[in-house]
Amino acid sequence: MHVTVDQNRCCSSGQCVLTAPAVFDQSEEDGLVLLLQDRPAEALHSEVRTAAAICPGGAISLSAGQEVGA
Amino acid sequence: MNTTDLNAADLLTIPADRGGCPFDPPPSYRKDTSVSQVSLWDGTPCWLLNGYREVRAVLTDSRFSADARHPGFPMLIPGRRELLTQKPSFLRLDDPEHSRLRKILTGDFLIKRVEAMRPGIQRIVDDTLDAMLAKGSPADLVAEFALPIPSLVICDLLGVPYEDHGFFQQRSQRLLDSTSPAGSVRQAVDELTEYLTTLAAKSTEEGGEGILGRLAARGDLSAEEIASNALLLLIAGHETTANMTSLSTVALLQNPEQADRLRADPSLIRGAVEELLRYLTIVHAGLPRVALEDVELDGVLIRAGEGVLCMLSTANRDEELFAAGSELDVERDARRHLAFGFGVHQCLGQPLARAELQIALETLLRRLPQLRLAVPFEELKFRTEAFVYGLRELPVAW
Repeated sequence: MHVTVDQNRCCSSGQCVLTAPAVFDQSEEDGLVLLLQDRPAEALHSEVRTAAAICPGGAISLSAGQEVGA
Repeated sequence: MNTTDLNAADLLTIPADRGGCPFDPPPSYRKDTSVSQVSLWDGTPCWLLNGYREVRAVLTDSRFSADARHPGFPMLIPGRRELLTQKPSFLRLDDPEHSRLRKILTGDFLIKRVEAMRPGIQRIVDDTLDAMLAKGSPADLVAEFALPIPSLVICDLLGVPYEDHGFFQQRSQRLLDSTSPAGSVRQAVDELTEYLTTLAAKSTEEGGEGILGRLAARGDLSAEEIASNALLLLIAGHETTANMTSLSTVALLQNPEQADRLRADPSLIRGAVEELLRYLTIVHAGLPRVALEDVELDGVLIRAGEGVLCMLSTANRDEELFAAGSELDVERDARRHLAFGFGVHQCLGQPLARAELQIALETLLRRLPQLRLAVPFEELKFRTEAFVYGLRELPVAW
């Protein structure tokens, strides 16, 4: 899984930080999304998918991503 | 489109009768199709959106405007168009103006910042409950618990003196009451605006620490902008959470097996609050938008200038997303709910609302396991007339 974020679409709702705190954070100043890791381990995929689904601005995109050895 | 095509059954009334169960959306708001046509009080046709997907689609589509100054913007009751100002809060602005104002405030509602507020909120909840217990059983849970907690929290955050709570609570309620005469709403808005403008000026002089002082100290916002945005925070900050707290308490008292599950495993409280937000959806009158261009939605053509109402309460019962959606299930994964709206206008204060609800409900369940209604359920007074649903009072005993 490859994760990208678009700060221009981010509404600073913080939903991604609540849902997948190992992958997303917020900037101190205005709460915009910060990506902590763009290739999260498989154990985190489910919460990352939920975070992307509930992001009110559609700021989180997921792609299949090239897995090592795949 | 011709208004005579609409029959009387399609007239959307506010307030609406809740039907048999006060937790369910009004039957007149539920339609067979996800996009349907209704007629507003003045005969204006309007689109009613019931489906989860359609509501989400409109709330994330910049071809639909939240700016009530557009002529086709749906007005749900008489007299409200006359109340529009030229400097609305960011709730009623589109981007980029909306984003410019909202971004000034997003830093105050960071997840981390709200998490750091939890010990303070817990103290407020415990002190408020202590005071209610000291007065003795029975008590009105709205006046003694549900309303003081978010009022104390938002006052502290904004820099508004809590001793003025009688003044702003009474006027906020009048403003949110669909049966208030337009003149009385105008007066409430004027008095609150004057109050906040005076407070903002005072906190500039005294270097106040709250949001109000900070907005005033920036120098790039007009007095009118400061007042309208501070008013939005003040009202949204206490009315919504207060009503969610009292309504959630009744829902849990009516579903004792759900309350028992929460008492047995307090770690369920976070998920339970999401489910209560979904199940109760207190913003029950529909989020209004107006189409700026022709848009096709679920095979229906919505023309530029036509109004739409996004019914969050029915979308949150959409069986495609929430199986057995008419049932409260505190262990359901309800995180996709739309109780805070969706899109760029989704509730700014949602992290704070969640923290307050989680702490207030967990504390109430833990400290008052014997809590019960002091009147029969059928005698409870629900706020069908208010734009934010809830209870006028909640007599409880323990």
